[in-house]
Formats: sequence, C-alpha cells, structure tokens
Amino acid sequence: MTSPSSGSTQHDATQHDATRPAVPGQPGDGGAGASPAVRGDAGSAPHHAVGPDALPDAGVLPGATAAEADDLVDEVAEEDRPPTAGPVTNLATAVVTLGIGVAVLLGSLSLGVGTAEAPGPGTWPLLVAIALIALSVATAVASRRTTDAEAFTSRAWGVLAGLATLVGFVLLIDVIGFEVPAVLLCFVWLRFLGREGWRTSVLVSLGVVAVFYALFVVALSVPIPHLF
Amino acid sequence: MDSLSPVLDGFLVVIEPTNLLYCLIGVVIGMLIGVLPGLGPAATIAILLPLTIGIEPVTSIIMLAGIFYGAQYGGTITSVLLKLPGEASSVVTVFDGHAMAKQGRAGTALGIAAIGSFVGGTVSIVALSFLAPVIAGYALDFGPPEYTALALLGILLVSTVSSGSRPKALIAACLGLALATIGRDGFTGAERFTFDNLSLADGLDFVPIAMGLFGLGEILYNLEERHRAVNAPTKVSNVWPSRSDLKQSRGAVGRGSVIGFFLGILPGGGAVLASLAAYAIEKRRAKDPSRFGKGAVEGVAAPETANNAAATSSFIPLLTLGIPANATMAVIFGALLIQGITPGPQLVTEEPELFWGVINSMYIGNVLLLVMSIPLVGVFVRILRVRPAILAPITVLITLIGVYTVNNNVFDIVLVIVFGVIGYLMKKCGFDPGPLVLAFVLGSLLESSLRRSLLLFDGDPTGFFTRPISGVLLTVFLVVLLLPVVQAVRNRRRAARPAAADKTEELV
Repeated sequence: MTSPSSGSTQHDATQHDATRPAVPGQPGDGGAGASPAVRGDAGSAPHHAVGPDALPDAGVLPGATAAEADDLVDEVAEEDRPPTAGPVTNLATAVVTLGIGVAVLLGSLSLGVGTAEAPGPGTWPLLVAIALIALSVATAVASRRTTDAEAFTSRAWGVLAGLATLVGFVLLIDVIGFEVPAVLLCFVWLRFLGREGWRTSVLVSLGVVAVFYALFVVALSVPIPHLF
Repeated sequence: MDSLSPVLDGFLVVIEPTNLLYCLIGVVIGMLIGVLPGLGPAATIAILLPLTIGIEPVTSIIMLAGIFYGAQYGGTITSVLLKLPGEASSVVTVFDGHAMAKQGRAGTALGIAAIGSFVGGTVSIVALSFLAPVIAGYALDFGPPEYTALALLGILLVSTVSSGSRPKALIAACLGLALATIGRDGFTGAERFTFDNLSLADGLDFVPIAMGLFGLGEILYNLEERHRAVNAPTKVSNVWPSRSDLKQSRGAVGRGSVIGFFLGILPGGGAVLASLAAYAIEKRRAKDPSRFGKGAVEGVAAPETANNAAATSSFIPLLTLGIPANATMAVIFGALLIQGITPGPQLVTEEPELFWGVINSMYIGNVLLLVMSIPLVGVFVRILRVRPAILAPITVLITLIGVYTVNNNVFDIVLVIVFGVIGYLMKKCGFDPGPLVLAFVLGSLLESSLRRSLLLFDGDPTGFFTRPISGVLLTVFLVVLLLPVVQAVRNRRRAARPAAADKTEELV
C-alpha cells in the first residue's frame, strides 16, 4: 500500500514520528468494532464477561484476575482521548435512538402489525421498535452516569473537513469523473489533515490516483466515471 | 474411510495455484494490518469486500480468512516492540512481551509468539475438521424455532462482550435489525420503510454498510488526532527461542490452544476474550505469579496461542450453523452471501469444496505465517515507519472507488459515506458498530424464522419452550438478558444503604 513516493521520505519519517506530537490519521487505537483495544475499553470486553451474567463458562476468568487485566489494559491505553461527553450529549444520544424507535414503531403500525397467529409485515419491526424504545429509555436514565462517550472537541473540525471532501467527491464524480476529485481529496487529507509537506502531498496524491487509474480503468475496466 | 475423501478434495482445492496465491495475499495483508495499528481485521475485510466479487467463492473466503488469522500474528509485533497492540487480541501480550523487549529479548518474544500462534492455530484446525461436520450434521435437524433462538442468543452474546455499555450495544443491535427490515417483505411483498425510493426497494446492501461503519467510520474517527508518536523500534535479533524458553512455555501453549479453541466457538467469544482468559489462567497457575508483567515467556506464549486458536475456531459457528460469532465473522458471512452462498449446516454436504477448501487453507496459511513471521520480522518492523497520515487517504479512496465497483452505482458511494458518518458518531457516543453489523446480517434470518415459528406454534410463543434445543437456548438468552438487570437492582439497593451520597457523587 506504500506509495512509491513515500519511500523516499521514510528516513525522515522516523525522526518526525519521534518529535511530532501528532500525526493525524495515525491511529493509536486498535481498529474496528472488533478491536477496540487501545481505546481503553477493550477492558470492558472481559469485564462484561466476568459476571455470572455472561458466557456460560466465564468462570475461567476469575473476577480478581480480570480486574487486574483491566488495569493493565488501561495502562497500555495511555492514549490521547478527548474528554468524556457531558450528560447533555448522552441524553441527546438517547433521545435520538428513542426517536428512531418511535419512528419504527409508527412505521410498523402503518404497515399492519397482524397478530401472533398471522404475523403481518409490521410484526417484527414492532418488536424491534419496542426493544429500541425500552433500551433508549434505559440509557436516558443512565445518561448522568455514562462515561463511555467522548465529547466533541475542536478536533472534530478535522473530521468535518474530511467529510466535506468525501461529499465533494460524490458530487463531482458524476460531473467530471473521479480523477480530479480523487487528487483533491488525497491532497487535502495529506496536506491539511495529515500535515505532510507540500512536496510529499502533491507527489503522493498524483501517484496514488495514477495507480488507481491504471488499476481500475486500464486493468480492470471498471466503468467508473472518468475524465481521461 | 468415506468421510475422508471430501477432506482430501479440500486439499486439492487449496493447492490450486490461484487459491495458494490468494491465501498468501490474505495472510500478508492480514499481517500488515495487524502490524499497522489502525484498521482492524473487520474493517480491512469490509474494505476489501468489493475485491471478492469477481473471484470464486472459495478463493475469496480463503483470502478473507487469511486476513483474519494473519492479523493475529501481526498484532503481536507492535505489542512487543512498541507497547502498542495492533489488534485488540494482542493487548495482553503487551505486558510481558514489551517487558521482554526491554530486556533485549524481543526476538525471543516474537519467536515464541509465532510458534505458539502456529501450534494454537493448527490444533484448532484439526479440532475444527473433526467437530464442524458433527455439529453441522446435528444442526441439519434445526427448524425455524431453533434458528430464532440461536440468532437471538448470538446477537445478545456479541452485544454482551462488545465494548461500551450493554444497553448501548443492544441498541446498536436493534438498529441493525431495523435496517434489515428495509425493503420488500419476503412474506407479503409489502414495501417496508422504503420511502418510495427505488434504490431502497430491494433492501440495503451489506457491503456499503460494513464498509461505512467499520472502514470509513474508523478512518474518520482516527482523524481526531488520537495517537501518539511511534518511536523507531528497537533492533530485533535472536528470533529463535532457546530450548529452555520453549520448555518453559510448552504448558502455556497447550493450555492456550484448548482455551482458545473453546472460547472461539462461543458466540461473542473470539480472540480477545481467549487471549485474556489464557493469560489470566497462566498467571494463576504460575508458581511465582510476580514474574508476570516482567517478561515471563508464558505471558506471551499463552495469549498468542489462544488468540490464534480462537480466531480459527470462531469459524465453526459460521460454517456449521450460519451464525457468525463476532463482527469479523459477520463480515465474512456477508461475503458468502454476496457470492450467493448461505452459510449453514448444509454447507458441509452441499458445498464440500468450499467448506474443506477454506478449512484446509488455514493449514497452509499458518505454515506461510510461521515461515514469514520469524525470518521477516525485520521487514515488518520497517513497515511501521510508513506514516498513517499517508495511508489514510489511500484507504479512503480504496473504500469509495471499491464500493462503486460492486454495483457500478454512485448511490452506493453515498451510502458508504452516510454509514461512515453513522459509524463515527456511534464510536464517539460509545456505541460499538459490531453488534449493528452482526444484527443486520442475521436480521432477515431471524425475522423469517420467528414468523415461521409463530405460524408453526399457532401464535403461541410458549411453543419455543416445548422443543428441547430452542427451549434451552431461549432460557440461556433470557438468563443472560435479565441477570444483569436483577444484579443492578440488587447492587443499587445494597449501595443505597451505606454512603449513598458518596456513591452518586463519585459516579457523576
């Protein structure tokens, strides 16, 4: 995945990494939903499983040891996380999911819920909606005690900027093909979100899109809208 | 022996050059993403889903499986050298692995981890080869009530062990179930929640949802500068463990294999839980537990063996019951559906080449990983120097263009962005997207099984308890669901008496 032009900058990369406090996009955390490790909440995985409520043979994880592991995990996760969200954010989250629940409920009612003997198209959505509403109420009640949400800080502007480039990409691709929007997206992410140098940003952007063009348009002949 | 011939045919499938090549590609990608902290295996597999469209089902699953267990190997390297687990399942390896690295024994730690991973993976594959057909044969008798109970339990257990609070994980699961109802109702033909939009009439596609929630959501989340500087790794030498190290970790590897295998089978179990359990058990069994955290070789061997064994055995519920045990398996489930294959007990008899091809490819994959990981540790260490800032836009473009290639449809790019934003917001607000994707994948199976069951029982829900398997599964479901509620109430009552004021202040 390394683009050719990044190879030349690898030497100073190590120095950079040691001195620069922050390289955007450099993920200190473990990845997708399946691997939340370094966010510090990986500990919650074993933690939930420890109680007698969890897996049938969770007895293999004795409470004390698992708690210890939790501490150790926290220690590893000395990561730069934004502060936890306040009760307002937590309450708002619960209200949003509640709203979705109510919407599904109304939708299922209009579809016709049928009966237990003869389930209709709305039966199952109705059950899901009831569960969703009940759980949302539960999280709303607990919203003052919630610590697993992050506050939206000024860093979220970077995400918004990134999102703007994605939206721009989609809007432009049907009009002028994918090449120009892709170069622009790549450049913005490198130069402004990633704070790479001008030269690296320009070269990598052009190089990456050239490779994509060769791969998708020339080699695989994917009918993606393209300019050239 | 009659039952052996499909197994051998499976080997013939694996040694086809294309399959060997894709197995190699899979394990190399897996190892790379394991080394690079950032995208986990679920995200990577999701992003690469479009790649599997044009190739044979067995080949694509061989590759995706390779990514999954390859990542377990790669995650170790960063844990040991940088105290930075590339994968959640390598978190516990950090404690002793990094301590060993500080003592100049990084090579030994990596070597023992690779050997343990290989042994754990191989033990698990052998057990999988014997156990999977048995479970599948047993599950052939499952009817709609059993599948209803199984799907419910699977979703609940995955939500139970996911990160974040339990009600939130269950909300995510409910959202997934609700999203699965979009489109035409399979029973009545009624259009549900389509808002008269033609693109929604056939329901939402799995690919943009998985790519958005896991892939793009993760990338957006990482844009928030949540990282620290990576120091140039220490030089690695002496990768081959000494004989005394091997002797010392023999027991840990053995126990890790068994623990990993069994925890991997459980829905919601998988590699993370297995590695923690294996570490905890070694520490408890040790004569001198204080050595742990200071560079005990068993502290590396046990979790690394267990996470690989679990990664392998978590294929059992998927390939035999059609129930994915964790988020990554949900993505592989989706990949099979795209190929027109519904995983389930019939897989072993109807698609023996796929079934045995995938299982046997894991032998080859593990050998490849062992061969690569020990001599090539230095190469992978160098890869760590690639700056994630450069990888991020490349991954974004792969996602956007990749999702387009599935249906050649710009609407899919819009969907992937929408779900990317949802994924980001979910992570910010403490919702794990894993249960959502899993529930989405199982949604239509669950609904149709439930409706068939209700027809079967003439609308009497207690009918579920008249059948032994569905009765037991549903009872477990209810216990797992209700016990924490009961406990919470009891704890609150206990806490309410002494120092109630202190408690609330502390929590706020």
